[in-house]
Amino acid sequence: MSPDDRVERAVADAFRRDRGRLVATMIRVTGDWDLAEECVQEAYTLALSAWRRDGVPDSPRAWLTTAARNRAVDRIRREATGTRLRALLALPQPDDEIDLDTLASGIADDRLRLIFTCCHPALAFESQVALALRTLCGLTTAEIARAFLVSEPTMAKRLVRVKHKIAVAGIPYRVPPAHLLAERTDAVLGVIYLLFNEGYAATAGPDLIRHEPCDAAVRLAALVDEVMPAHPEAAGLHALLLLLYARSPARVDATGALVPLEEQDRSRWNRPMIDTGLSVLHRAVAQERVGPYQLQALIAGCHATSPRPADTDWPRIVRLYDRLVALAPTPTVRLNRAIAVAMATGPQTGLDLLDELTDDLAGHHLLPAARADLLLRLGRRAEAREHYRQALAGTDNASERAHLTRRLAECEGR
Amino acid sequence: MRYLLLIGADEEQAEQAMAEGRFAGFSAWLDDLERRGVLRAHEGLRPSPSARTVRVRGDAVVVTDGPFIEGREQIGGFALVECRDLDEAIEIAAGHPAAAIGRVEIRPVVG
Repeated sequence: MSPDDRVERAVADAFRRDRGRLVATMIRVTGDWDLAEECVQEAYTLALSAWRRDGVPDSPRAWLTTAARNRAVDRIRREATGTRLRALLALPQPDDEIDLDTLASGIADDRLRLIFTCCHPALAFESQVALALRTLCGLTTAEIARAFLVSEPTMAKRLVRVKHKIAVAGIPYRVPPAHLLAERTDAVLGVIYLLFNEGYAATAGPDLIRHEPCDAAVRLAALVDEVMPAHPEAAGLHALLLLLYARSPARVDATGALVPLEEQDRSRWNRPMIDTGLSVLHRAVAQERVGPYQLQALIAGCHATSPRPADTDWPRIVRLYDRLVALAPTPTVRLNRAIAVAMATGPQTGLDLLDELTDDLAGHHLLPAARADLLLRLGRRAEAREHYRQALAGTDNASERAHLTRRLAECEGR
Repeated sequence: MRYLLLIGADEEQAEQAMAEGRFAGFSAWLDDLERRGVLRAHEGLRPSPSARTVRVRGDAVVVTDGPFIEGREQIGGFALVECRDLDEAIEIAAGHPAAAIGRVEIRPVVG
């Protein structure tokens, strides 16, 4: 690797790892969302040339914090607003003696503040998610627009409006007091979950998994779990994301095609992450207040602990899905339950259950894909082929398309 | 920040609630605001039939009886509070007895 490549890698790593924290810190000290994002962006641009010249610093995050701060100081000096300037100047310099633990926890608090601000009940749910994706994960407006199936200018306008609303309505930038925490935590958990999903099964584009949103979601879930140890669903979500993310090294093959769960090479799953996930899960269920995230984590835990697909305890998974359907009867949950039932008792029962979902999941590619898989298990190749074709017509993700195309070829061969 | 709280409820419902003593919490609400020192103005309004609405169309000043909004959306009073942030304003609004039967709209004041 050439020195320039190394610098580019270091900047890219620092971007993935630290951007959310930096933006959160800059929002706290400047109180200005747009300024915060711009200064952080400029700091990364500066890093590219400065690190090529001077080498990668020992603490990239401290370097970037200072660079972003200096940009903000310049800008604010021109506007001459004293309070904001004083807050900025109080940020530590890398030359100062920095207590890294204090700094780290301070930054953690900033990200929490940021997500609780994004999840303020005065903002619409879609705005909450969009803002969190933008500020905490650094997703571009175009990427967020695609996730919400709207045009880029529409999403740009929505983001401007929501930042404006935060400013004029005086929405506080802080973690709410204890008595308001519980009601807001639901929204926060929902946003983190969606964030993860956006990365774990990218809506469009070439890759099935995008690591930035997933990494950010896992870290945020850990953070919320840490601050709210008595909230079993916070722990449940934390466990769920760890257990799902641990599978990601085996979820795509060398060509980038999706590999379904039962065909995955389980030795490539991230075992330490699974172990952490399971211990978090135990702590959650010990509180005996089981909610949807814990149930999903328990299901993911069943898969994670089965040495081979054939060892999977499908009857237990069906029982967990039964409880999940009772709490959250969404079409996706019912679809997954149907597949679990098929695995436990045979493809035909699964097909019958899928028929009940035709209206709710009309136009969604997961329904024909699931139906095709079950038909193929029954040896009804011609019908399976038809449903794989329908599924293919319904997804834009290249990795999923590659998987479905392969299955279609399997139906046509032999 | 300053916030205008527009307090509204269906007038018949409000009258009935008042008769049943469900507005008993109102003076406690006011006392709390006094204690916090956030209240800048607070007034109740006479019922909507006393309202007159003025429009200027060309050179003509047209005065009509009544408010221009639906009967269910009457403004019964308003309060101007100066508090830390939206969360405090929401907390104050939620404490008004009218919020339990009607609604309190919170409007941030410019500047």
